[in-house]
Order: sequence, then C-alpha cells, then structure tokens
Amino acid sequence: MALSPPAGEYHANYREDMTIFPSRNSRRALWVGILVLACTPLVCGRYELGLLINIGIMGIAALGLNILVGFTGQISIGHAAFFGFGAFMSAWLHDATHLPVAICIPLAGLGTALVGLVFGTPAARLKGLYLAIATLAAQFILEDFFARAQWFTGGTSGRITEPFALFGWIADREEKFFYVVLAYVILMFVAASNLLRTRDGRALVAVRDHYLSAEVMGINLAYYRTLSFGIASFYAGIAGALYAHYLLFVSVEAFNILFSIQFLGMVIIGGLGSVSGSLMGAAFMVLLPEVVQSAAAALAGGAIDRALRLGASISFLREMAIGAAIILFLIFEPDGLARRWRLIKAYWKLYPYSH
Amino acid sequence: MDWSLLLPLILNGLIVGALYGVVAMSFVLIYKASQVVNFAQGEFLLVGAWVCWWLLSEFHLPFWAGFLMTLAFMTLFGIILQVVVLRPLIGEPVISVIMATIGLGIFFQALMKWIFGVFAKPFPPIFPTDRVLILGLQIQTAYLLSLGISVLIMFGFAWFFTASKHGLAMRATAFDQQVAQSLGISVPRVFAMSWAISALVSAVAGVVVGIVNGVSSALSFYGIKVFPAVILGGLDSVVGAVLGGLIVGVLENLAQYVDAEWLHWGNMYTVAPFYALILILLIKPYGLFGTRAIERV
Repeated sequence: MALSPPAGEYHANYREDMTIFPSRNSRRALWVGILVLACTPLVCGRYELGLLINIGIMGIAALGLNILVGFTGQISIGHAAFFGFGAFMSAWLHDATHLPVAICIPLAGLGTALVGLVFGTPAARLKGLYLAIATLAAQFILEDFFARAQWFTGGTSGRITEPFALFGWIADREEKFFYVVLAYVILMFVAASNLLRTRDGRALVAVRDHYLSAEVMGINLAYYRTLSFGIASFYAGIAGALYAHYLLFVSVEAFNILFSIQFLGMVIIGGLGSVSGSLMGAAFMVLLPEVVQSAAAALAGGAIDRALRLGASISFLREMAIGAAIILFLIFEPDGLARRWRLIKAYWKLYPYSH
Repeated sequence: MDWSLLLPLILNGLIVGALYGVVAMSFVLIYKASQVVNFAQGEFLLVGAWVCWWLLSEFHLPFWAGFLMTLAFMTLFGIILQVVVLRPLIGEPVISVIMATIGLGIFFQALMKWIFGVFAKPFPPIFPTDRVLILGLQIQTAYLLSLGISVLIMFGFAWFFTASKHGLAMRATAFDQQVAQSLGISVPRVFAMSWAISALVSAVAGVVVGIVNGVSSALSFYGIKVFPAVILGGLDSVVGAVLGGLIVGVLENLAQYVDAEWLHWGNMYTVAPFYALILILLIKPYGLFGTRAIERV
C-alpha cells in the first residue's frame, strides 16, 4: 500500500456515516476488548469479578435509561422500580412455571417493558419535568406494590432465586456468571448501537432535539415517547433479572429512590446520549463507593477518623459522594466521561502533531 | 361513618396540609422565578430543622433567638446554593437542572445523617402546655402554632407579591426575563432571592414539624409530598400550591381512614397522593390554577 488512509473519519456517503464501526481499528479494538474481558475470570479474584458483574448489570440498566434520557430527552426517576420489577418477575416466573432461568430473564424483560408501557402512557403526553414527577410517582407506587404483593416478591422477607442454568451448566459462581453477564452486555449494547442506526432510533433523537420539527417530519411523538419508555423498561427488566439470579436473593427494600438516582447519575456521569458512556458511568458509580470505602479504611484509626466518625457513617459518605459526583459532573463536565474519552482518543490519534 | 373518628382526621389533614401548602409555596416560588424544579425542597426543611435543633439543644439558646439565627442561616444557605450550583447551570437542559437538585438533595440528606445521626431527636420543650382543648378536641399546641405560622406565611406571601417592590420584580422576572432585565431588574439577584426566601420559608415549616414529631431524615419526605400538591394546584400558582397542599393533607388522612375501615391494604397514607398525582397528570396536567401553556402532544 503506497498511501496509508488518512487519519480521522471522512464520511463520503450516508452508508459510511451510519456504519457501526467508523474504522477497521475500532472493530478490532472491540474484539480485543471482548477477548481480554473473556480471560479475566482466569486472572481476577472473586471480588474483582463481582465488581465487574455489577458494572455489567448496572451498565445494561443505565443503557436503557440512557435511551430514554439521553436519546429521547425524557427523564425517569423510577428506573430502580422497573429494575426491581424485572428481578421479582424473573424469580416469580421461575418458581411459578418452572421455566429455565435462561428463558425467564428475557420474559422478565418483556414483562417489565409492559409495565413500563403502562406507566409510560403519561409519557406519551407529558414531557420534561412533568414526566419526571410522574415517574417519581411510579417509583413510590411500585415500591408500595412490592411491599404488599407477598405472592410476587416474598414481602418483607424477600425472595430466594435460583442460579442461572443452561443445558445443565449452572452459573452459580462469579467465574461462571461473569460469562452470562458478558454475553448479555454484548447483546444489549450491540442492540442499542444498532437501534440508533435505524429509523426508529433516529426518530428518538429527533424527538429529543426538536419535537415540533420531528412531528412535522411525520414522526408520531406519542408513539416514540412511549416506545422509548418501553425500551428503557425492557433494559431495566433484563438487568434486574440478571441481578436477581446473581445475588440469588432479592429483597423489597433494595429498589428505593436512591437506587433510581444512582442510575440517573450513571447516565449523567457517563454522558447523555452515549452508548459506551453508559458502561463508563456504571463503572464509575460501582467503583465510587469502593473508593470511598478504601479511603475511609486508609484513614481508619487516625485523628480524622475519630473526629469525623468515618467508619460508622460509611454509607452516608457514599451517598454524599454520589450526590457530589452528580453535581460536579453537571457543572464541570456536562457531557460526561464519554466526552473525556473522545478527547483522550483525539489526542492520541494526532499524537505528535496535536496542534 | 364514624364522625368522631373522621373529624380529627380531617382536622389533622388540614393542619398537616397547611404545612404542605407552605412548602409547596416555596417550591412554586423557585419554579416561578427561575424555572427550576427543586427536588431538594425537603432537604431545606431538614437542614433548617437540624440547625435550629442544634442551636437550641447544644447552646441552650431561647427559642426565638435560635429560630431567628436559623432563619438567617437558611437565607444565606439558599443564596449560596443558587450562586454556586444553580447559576452555572442556567441555559442547560431541564434534565441537567433537575439532576443537580436531586444531587443536592441526596448530598444534604446524607450530610445531615452523618452529622446528626439517623434517629429522630425531640426539640427541647418550648410551650408551657402540651395540648389545648378546642371544640372538644385535644389539639397539640405545636399544631396550633404551625397552623398560625402557615396562615401568617401565606398572608406574607400575598403581601410580598402584590405590594412589595421585590415581589413585583420577581413576578416580572417570572413573566418575562428579558423584559424584566430591560426594566432594570437584576435577574440573577431575583433568582438568588427566590432561593433565599424559599429556603427560609421551608426551614420554618421544618422547625414546626420538628417540634411536633422530632427532627429526623423523615422530614425530607415533605419535599416529595410537595409534588402531588403542586401538580394538583398547578405548577406555577401560589394559590394553587396552598390549596393543593390542603387537599393532599386531607386526602392522605381520608385514604388512611378508608383503608383502615374497608380496604386493609396498608400504607395508603403514603401512596394515595401519588395515585392522585398520576390521575391528575393524565386528566388535567396543568392543575387547578396552573398556566395552560404547557405543551401537550
């Protein structure tokens, strides 16, 4: 090859613009990334794997919320309730019908999507802050339903779930369940990336950018707003079901409003309207408490620890860190980690001659 | 129907509802002036109540002194929040602003838990008598005080918005920021003032609830109960906020009564306002008195 292709992205037609991988190297990078991840159970301990599994599960849910918030411009403060609904639905389906867990998880996703569509009916007519308030109500109504529906959730004592199993292969340990989550993460993220290349995905973005122009161009606003609510709930349901079969126990109290806010935080921190950002935001949110914890542990026993009672109030410190992270990102990096990542990539792309 | 049971419930609902009304008013104040939906309204109550409790029980100040110092502190607190957190977000999409107030909410809630602990702490006794007898009903003195203060604040708001220079400036800003600016009104100052007043008024409500029930993080739930009230009344109507608060207060007590008598579902006291909220949003999203300019699709 006499001439190397020019650096950067030069799209000459729509087909190139819409391709999922802008260059051959980005495709290779993805394959390498998947390979590296597939090898992690061989080197990492159970604790690290647990963190990775959590990041994967939260990433799927955050991606769903990002489709709603980042792509369609609707806000939901009830995502954790849908996440919880997916968790309980999968556990309940398995106990009630004895279907294999591998089938229960997608079914739970579909069931949650249906519930999401019910609560999304106001979404078809409301926008912005009104929808935020409606989903806030959905959060409390669903939480109340969880506490009351003993047959569904096990009530206050919680519900025990079965591990994921497929053809006799039982994913009852971190090393095995990691692959289940990895498969789902790849599936859901590729699905989302592809969704955004279709007419439906572009319609969602059009609704966000200017709903009036979108309507003039023949996009049915009510349909797409409800659809995006349904998709977000579907993702939340899948993630919740995975969560249930990972922890092997689901309890009612877990899916409170703070959890919902954490999902929103992931989306904000990762970057509104960025597919890969959802995973980065999830990683940030999962690792933040760990960092706070280890910082508190490093200070344990010292004068600061005694004066501020760090050890006893670690959960409050975590909450404060979450709140502070959300505010700081909004003020200083409103486009989230995804933009930071793009800047880093751009810097290296033109490395020696970046100016 | 058992009237001897129902009457105190309705009365209780009206008293608590008046407090909701006060908090809803301060919520509407911020929304009207600066178009910010404040999800941290409940934390204003929480911070105000804890500060007042701290001044009273640590330094043994007389109630009026501690109360006044709390109000001064909250005024400053509101201004600082607006200047430091909300001002950089002017012009950002509504989602970012909502998220910022949510972030503020969980930050201050956790901070208060960290400083003061998770258990409810009672105020030192303030009134010589605990209860008074009115119309054959035993009523807590603090509730009477709360009702009095609520009514006082409502009239104060009415005067502020119709007669005072700053109130008129605020209304002008709410109506049209650009026109207000060209008339010589400092819009940033109006924003800061609206947050200050909102924080101050919420803190009054917080102290009153604290005197009745003790101070704990449950106070911040008032900030969430505010949503059914303001949606019912109309998001940008001060009168609607008061009415909405009263209705929600009565509604939750009636829901509890109906539940205890017939349904036996439990927890209706907390959840009923949210069912009402969804219904209102479906039927009449601009509420009873709200501006009908909400874009519906």
